[in-house]
Amino acid sequence: MTRLRRGQATLYLAILAAWEVLPRAGVVPRLFVPPLSEALGALVADRREYLGSLPTTFGEILVSYVIVCGGGILVGQLIGSSATARRMLLPVLRSAYAVPLVVLYPVMMVWFGLGSESKIAFASIYAFIPTLLTAVAGVAALSPTLAETARAFGATRVQQILYVSLPASLPSMVAALRLGGALVIVGVIVAQMLGAADGLGFLITRHRTLLNSPGVYAGIVLVLGITGMHEILLRRLERKVAAYRQS
Amino acid sequence: MTRPLLAIRSVSQRFGVDGAIVPALESIDLEIPDGQFVSVVGPSGCGKSTLLSLVAGLRIPTSGTVLCDGEPITEPMPRKVGMIFQEANLLPWLSAVDNVAFPLKLRRVPKAERLAAARRMLELTGLAGFESRLPHQLSGGMKQRVAIARGLVQNPAVLLMDEPFASLDEQTRMVLGDELLRIWSETRKTVLFVTHSLNEAVYLADRVVVLSARPGRVVDDVIVDLPRPRSFAMTSGERFGALKDRIWQHIKHAERR
Repeated sequence: MTRLRRGQATLYLAILAAWEVLPRAGVVPRLFVPPLSEALGALVADRREYLGSLPTTFGEILVSYVIVCGGGILVGQLIGSSATARRMLLPVLRSAYAVPLVVLYPVMMVWFGLGSESKIAFASIYAFIPTLLTAVAGVAALSPTLAETARAFGATRVQQILYVSLPASLPSMVAALRLGGALVIVGVIVAQMLGAADGLGFLITRHRTLLNSPGVYAGIVLVLGITGMHEILLRRLERKVAAYRQS
Repeated sequence: MTRPLLAIRSVSQRFGVDGAIVPALESIDLEIPDGQFVSVVGPSGCGKSTLLSLVAGLRIPTSGTVLCDGEPITEPMPRKVGMIFQEANLLPWLSAVDNVAFPLKLRRVPKAERLAAARRMLELTGLAGFESRLPHQLSGGMKQRVAIARGLVQNPAVLLMDEPFASLDEQTRMVLGDELLRIWSETRKTVLFVTHSLNEAVYLADRVVVLSARPGRVVDDVIVDLPRPRSFAMTSGERFGALKDRIWQHIKHAERR
């Protein structure tokens, strides 16, 4: 275990070192990838601007997160627990999943304006279906024995869902949460990059138009920070629900 | 004779499988008096488990009726009929005591009351001190003891056991069999016990009902006239062997077909 950990740490350090050394050595043009230290320098120098973009970004992510994960998991539970609903809706959902939803973003800007609403709408729609599909798969994979046992002890349909199916599907709901969260972050940042007046994605695009590479990468570092935080939170949650796994 | 506690009246069960109709049970008639321990044996696939699920109210027979205490069973009646499955089927996120209390929780019995009842049942099944263990921290035999405690917690008149020891090793199975007899003699439930093991069937029961191959019919109804309490020594006795042999003849023919 510790050997694995040490190996992973070495890998991360190697990537960071390469990020610093390769541009400095001239292997990669600095305009494409500036050294890590320059990106961090830009982040510190313009910290007010970057920190100022975070409340908007976090707000948009949070609202979309609630919509996607709350809605996706709820609807996923409903569809997943009915074989008929699964057979009818899954093919439709799968084909909807294949549509590149980014093409809808310009339309959404027309509908919802340049502010947060269009970002939330896009991120929510973008992440909803995959989250839903993960939740459906999780519920559908549950063995029916436990619910059947509960029924033999007099559980009503609602009690079977509440006391058996929901807790038993917690681990796969956390998996849906992890996917949904990651996609929401992507959705919000992409929407901000495509058209916004505020937010991390907007900053990244603006620095890019100015050919200010360290500025672009300072934004990227922050985005990595956000996804990293999300990952750490979800891992904790996963450990908490490990007891709910069916053995 | 007093009114039977459990009456199975000309019960037949058919299943539709891929458009074809498969008969599982055919005109089963059984009357089981209060407090009797009945084993049900038969060749594989003869519908033993189907019979239990009918008494449990998990299915409704295609024709005929199942009566418990004179009342037809059309849905699970957990306060009258407790069920124990082949696998313990415990909820993995609940401790032993919470698993045992679960049927009471479904009926909204106050928490203190249901935990007290669950603790008493765990004590009865020899699991005092293991109340707060999670299922994955218990051995197979202990899990099945928890399942038995859960089946008993509502004090049902009838206990249905669907090959409850089939996935346990031989030694655990023997210990749990004796434990079951002790619990039975203390609680005097009516037990319907499905098993593959002829030893187990004869050793535990007052009476062994033998079903034929599919569709299951009652081909023999054997009274086990061995004295109680039963002991391991009896299993090598002449009478035990004769009873087992009589049952085996039926099953042997059925399995050969």
